[in-house]
Amino acid sequence: MIKQTLTPAFPSDDKRWRIVETAMKRSNYQADALIETLHAVQEAFGFVDESAMQFVSARLNLPASKVYGVATFYNLFQMKPAGEHTLSVCTGTACHVKGNDQIVEFLREEYGLNPGDTTPDGKLSFIGARCVGACGLAPVLIFDGKIVGKLSVDEMKQKIREWVNDES
Amino acid sequence: MSEIQLTINGQAIKAAEGETILETARANGIDIPTLCHQEGVTPTGACRMCLVELDGTNKLLPSCVTRAADGMVIRTDTEKLKRYRRTILELLFAERNHTCAVCVSNGHCELQSQAQAHKIDHVNFDYRNPQLIVDLSHERFGIDHNRCILCGRCVRVCDEIEGAHTRDMRNRGIATLIITDFDQSWGEASSCTNCGKCVEVCPTGALFIKGLGAGEMVKNHELVPGLVNTREVVHAKN
Repeated sequence: MIKQTLTPAFPSDDKRWRIVETAMKRSNYQADALIETLHAVQEAFGFVDESAMQFVSARLNLPASKVYGVATFYNLFQMKPAGEHTLSVCTGTACHVKGNDQIVEFLREEYGLNPGDTTPDGKLSFIGARCVGACGLAPVLIFDGKIVGKLSVDEMKQKIREWVNDES
Repeated sequence: MSEIQLTINGQAIKAAEGETILETARANGIDIPTLCHQEGVTPTGACRMCLVELDGTNKLLPSCVTRAADGMVIRTDTEKLKRYRRTILELLFAERNHTCAVCVSNGHCELQSQAQAHKIDHVNFDYRNPQLIVDLSHERFGIDHNRCILCGRCVRVCDEIEGAHTRDMRNRGIATLIITDFDQSWGEASSCTNCGKCVEVCPTGALFIKGLGAGEMVKNHELVPGLVNTREVVHAKN
């Protein structure tokens, strides 16, 4: 039986911490609730930062390095706040050979973005997604959750430029 | 505990039920090469050096995590296995920067001795030559990620033997790196007890005692198995 140590205080008085607390309580503060809890943090805040990891690690009695390791293992968890708009580029095999490799290169050259980066003005985030399960639509781009597929490289570049200009 | 019989490399062998193939083989003087295996902590089957062939299946089995069973016919040193092991070693050499001549563990390194045993004189893959950090922030120890093969022994020893779990791995795939606490520098990691067991179990020169020159880092391989043994004896007494 692991003794429950002092209950850690919420990192801030942000009410969203209660959502995280509820998620942990639902699984009785079991160590294997870690991924569930990180999902709750990601959903509530949009990202999992160090203060969140510290809180979760203390509350679930888990080592810091374990929490950090799990949070960085899964692409779903973002360490930094996302930009206003998010462009996910599928880099799975089908999308890669259909031209998304060139889109990754394009985003680096045109906007200075590597996968996981956000532009300095906080407008645009670029996420490199592994296979999104829509290989029939390859190459797949996801503009703020809206899936666009089956475009040529030039069409994709044009669409990204138009979208970025429209949204900013 | 009941006794079982199996054949390893044509040799008839008796084993206790529950033993792994690796334990049985080593107890009978048959060595199977390993890199991630550490006596005294949970085996993970990560390095794939200990794969063996079992009659009746096409799958190669990691002997460190496969229990010996009655009637098994096992081969540990076929040409195919040797070829696979050489490839694993070559990939490890290509992945990071293993320059033996300037390494603290030169002459006392498990990666090096495995490479010698498998007669590796060149690597068929392009070297990646990554520029990884060398963390010397700890008072007594250092970690050079360029020499790390991600076997996870330090992680398991810190968790299971010391109970601190200061270490873990971040990211995945080619980006994987050993971390301390929230990916802080080792010197800042508050959970570290400075026990140094991670250094003693590291198979390469990735973890080392500071201030030593090339070839001067000799690891104490008996430390962790000894600790585990002592604990079992003490437990049995109480």
